[in-house]
Amino acid sequence: MPILNKLVIFDENNIEDSLKKAISSEPQDVVMEIRESGLKGRGGAGFPTGTKWLLARSAHADKKFVVCNADEGEPGTFKDRILLDEYTKLVFEGMVIAGYAIGAQKGFLYLRGEYRYLFDKLTKYLEQMRKENRLGNNILGSNYSFDIEIRLGSGAYVCGEESALIESLEGHRGEARNRPPYPVNTGYLGYPTIVNNVETFAVAHIIVAKGAEWYSKYGTSKSTGTKLLSISGDCKKPGVYEVPFGTTISDILKLVEAENTKAVQVGGASGFCIPKAEFDRTVAFEDVSTGGSVIIFNETRDMLQVLENFMEFFVEESCGQCTPCRIGNVKLLEGLMKIRNNDCSLSYIHELVDLGRSMQIASKCGLGQSSPNPFISIMEHFENEIFSQR
Amino acid sequence: MEKTQHTHRAPVSHQPLVVEKGNLGEIGSLVEVEINGIPYKVPIGTTILEACRQNNIHIPTLCYHEDLCLAGVCRICVVEVEGMKVLPTSCTFPITNRIKVRTTSEKVRKARRHILDLLLSEHYGECYSCHRNGNCELQTLAKEYGVDFYRFGHITERRHKVDKSSYSVIRDMDKCILCKRCVRTCIDLQEVGALEATQRGDMTTISTFLDKPLADVICINCGQCINRCPTAALKANDPSDEIWAAIDDPEMHVVIQTAPSPRSGIGEEFGCEPGTSMTYKLNTALRMIGFDAVLDTNFSADLTIMEEGTELLLRLKKLLVEGDSSVKLPQFTSCSPGWIKYIEHFYPDFLDYLSSCKSPQQMFGAVIKTFYAQERNIDPNKIVTVALMPCSAKKFECNRPEMTDSGFKDVDYGLTTREMAQMIREAGLHLPELQNSAFDEPFGDTGSGLIFGATGGVMESALRTAYALVTGRPVPFENLQILPCRGFEGVREASVLLENVLPDWSFLEGVNLKFMIAHGTANAKKVMDALARGELKDIHFVEIMACPGGCIGGGGQPIPTSPEIRQKRAELIYNEAADLEINESFRNPSIKYIYEKFLTEGPCRHLSHKLLHTHYVKRGKYID
Repeated sequence: MPILNKLVIFDENNIEDSLKKAISSEPQDVVMEIRESGLKGRGGAGFPTGTKWLLARSAHADKKFVVCNADEGEPGTFKDRILLDEYTKLVFEGMVIAGYAIGAQKGFLYLRGEYRYLFDKLTKYLEQMRKENRLGNNILGSNYSFDIEIRLGSGAYVCGEESALIESLEGHRGEARNRPPYPVNTGYLGYPTIVNNVETFAVAHIIVAKGAEWYSKYGTSKSTGTKLLSISGDCKKPGVYEVPFGTTISDILKLVEAENTKAVQVGGASGFCIPKAEFDRTVAFEDVSTGGSVIIFNETRDMLQVLENFMEFFVEESCGQCTPCRIGNVKLLEGLMKIRNNDCSLSYIHELVDLGRSMQIASKCGLGQSSPNPFISIMEHFENEIFSQR
Repeated sequence: MEKTQHTHRAPVSHQPLVVEKGNLGEIGSLVEVEINGIPYKVPIGTTILEACRQNNIHIPTLCYHEDLCLAGVCRICVVEVEGMKVLPTSCTFPITNRIKVRTTSEKVRKARRHILDLLLSEHYGECYSCHRNGNCELQTLAKEYGVDFYRFGHITERRHKVDKSSYSVIRDMDKCILCKRCVRTCIDLQEVGALEATQRGDMTTISTFLDKPLADVICINCGQCINRCPTAALKANDPSDEIWAAIDDPEMHVVIQTAPSPRSGIGEEFGCEPGTSMTYKLNTALRMIGFDAVLDTNFSADLTIMEEGTELLLRLKKLLVEGDSSVKLPQFTSCSPGWIKYIEHFYPDFLDYLSSCKSPQQMFGAVIKTFYAQERNIDPNKIVTVALMPCSAKKFECNRPEMTDSGFKDVDYGLTTREMAQMIREAGLHLPELQNSAFDEPFGDTGSGLIFGATGGVMESALRTAYALVTGRPVPFENLQILPCRGFEGVREASVLLENVLPDWSFLEGVNLKFMIAHGTANAKKVMDALARGELKDIHFVEIMACPGGCIGGGGQPIPTSPEIRQKRAELIYNEAADLEINESFRNPSIKYIYEKFLTEGPCRHLSHKLLHTHYVKRGKYID
């Protein structure tokens, strides 16, 4: 997999000894540095990382936990795999720094079941860190002790949702929890817990080294820094790219040498479909937000088939606990089948779009809240095309 | 009122928010909440749903149940909270700061209707062919929202087989809406854990261990899941067709015994307020239906007290006089068949602590097919015994192979309160309007068996009799009401000092008789764990009922159930008992009569051992 466009994370020159720097400063200063950098969660939801850390830091409890969400399951996302495989230091040390910042003693790497092949390598890396006293008791001679355990997921997409991930860590069925309470107060085993994406920890590592001011030179005012994108689909150079926030879709298409592009699905199956007319939109939390997945469709693609593919995914991956997601996705998919069989009125599709809007607000977790996104956006932009082809 | 206690089995996120000092402010401090533009003040930590209910603002619910830990899965109770992009469920959302809530906005109405339409699309069957017709929460909601068509279609084929394996509980997963009340009842309220969700997405279903038939897993038959199911996914195994057939057969002499708890609950099936007495109207209804004799289970409850009380005194004698340290104390009651199956599965090494007494239902069955048959000169072969019970586990109990000591199946059918109500409706009778009539002889008199229906009742009755037998005096409590036995606390403990005892019982002089009472198997678990740790050494007698609240909250009682409803049923039982002339089992003339005429050797002797006592099965948790 080619790694292209080295800016911040992918620039080896940026990898400095952040761990030493972090541990020799006050924990709250680390949190403040992250806050000032404007770093937002790289899993896609975009919650300000510094705020999350601050909330966990100020929660009263005898134990706290750091969880790295490496359950990279969004269709079309593969950037965390690269980070784990080739930038392991950034991720694990980022977790130690986070643990130091919030006052945690233990961290978990929740590794996607399909990434089992990385398990041994990562375990060896942790052993190495312990040997070098970068993990374990009295890290780098300080009073701070922290250890990391790797836990494997079992293939459920929903376990990428932070509270379902915590349930899974506790040995329960992977199902999202009610919010509030939030994990920063009531997380793993009821203790304050931060769950951050792999990339977030890597970025935090760099921010500690280079400073918030340096980092926020990249990106836009509301979305500072850079973003790793996993780009796939109809293009000549698929791969993992690092781009500053604010990059337009058309610039990205140029970068990967995509031609005759009809639409771009940003944010994976749970993201939005951007039609050609909107290629001047930008990748940013304030515009088109993504956890990293960018899938390109050229003129030959049947958007109905694309959408069917996404909806089949959600029907299978819904955890099944809440009504809107469990049954709603089935109804959306059934609607597509009806279209395929020329058995669907336009008004029924509008009814389903309406249902999708209810699912977006009434589902229990991010899965059900975002699963109607492709349905709604593809129907918004390609309804005529889909119906005229039948 | 009974307080729901959540156990460690409930995931943290399913537990209500605990407001601690310094956590969110002072406990009990008020916070302002604006609902539909009107400000209210509620204690901090109150959920939006609670706040609305306290102020008569209606919010529909399905997965929420007062007795259970939170789930927030059906989503029907969503509301709009200003500043939030999504609609939170009001049942799970604790109010901790000033928020503005809308319960009627377009988004809320649309979302709720969509959720309802989705549930209906996968809800198999039609209301008119459903046993919950008229008492179904989904049906009620459909009416409330004016559903007159299936917006998203309607499932036309079954996806699941109906599991009829259990004598007690039948599961029809095609009626299930996945609210998980049964799961939470089983694992959290009762700490049994026979049910759990399996698979995911649209394939999600509530299942047993390895999808085994319910009869083959560790289900204790308590039926608490049935009481809390909003639809018809769970029901008791209904024998009313067989009972009708027996009634319609002129050759058969059909005898029904009625327990106090169904009598305290059955009025609810006919629109009466919980706690409306139906005892003597029910007698009339049963005769009109065609039962040949209507007997009062209170008689055999008194008989249980005689046998169980004697058994306890014998155990004490063995220990204190004979110095036999192998005696198992405390003695545990054995009236509740759900509790029996629970201990057989979960604490199989402690079965010797159980009283060997059969439950009142089974004692009566054995007596009817022997003594009663003899007295009335009827061929026991031609007698059908029906037991009207508040209980689904009684159905399993009467089918236990060892329950045939009369030479016949002691009790042929266990019938729940709900099924009885259905038979009465089917006969065209409106119970509340019927005349009163008495029970049939020779077992028409009541001692203290009536209070068996409420948690603590067996203990109270047993103490009255045991104390009187030992001292020759009534228990030293006003009106014989041993108040420490009463109430809804999960585990209760108290004692009675035995003083100035009769010469026969001199070894009990000065003994402080200590007892414990627990209801709901989650509380039973606490007691059993304490026993296993050796912490119950100074306790003599323990009463355990499998169902929260005791029999009045049994798995065969009218739906719905709530702490308030159970409280009212219990109050009725205690009030009726207070009016009785005889409040001690051993003074019941019918009891005297049977020991004079039939069980002539007295309690716990040869014949009563044969007919009235039983043994238990070490089941364990291993499942083939």
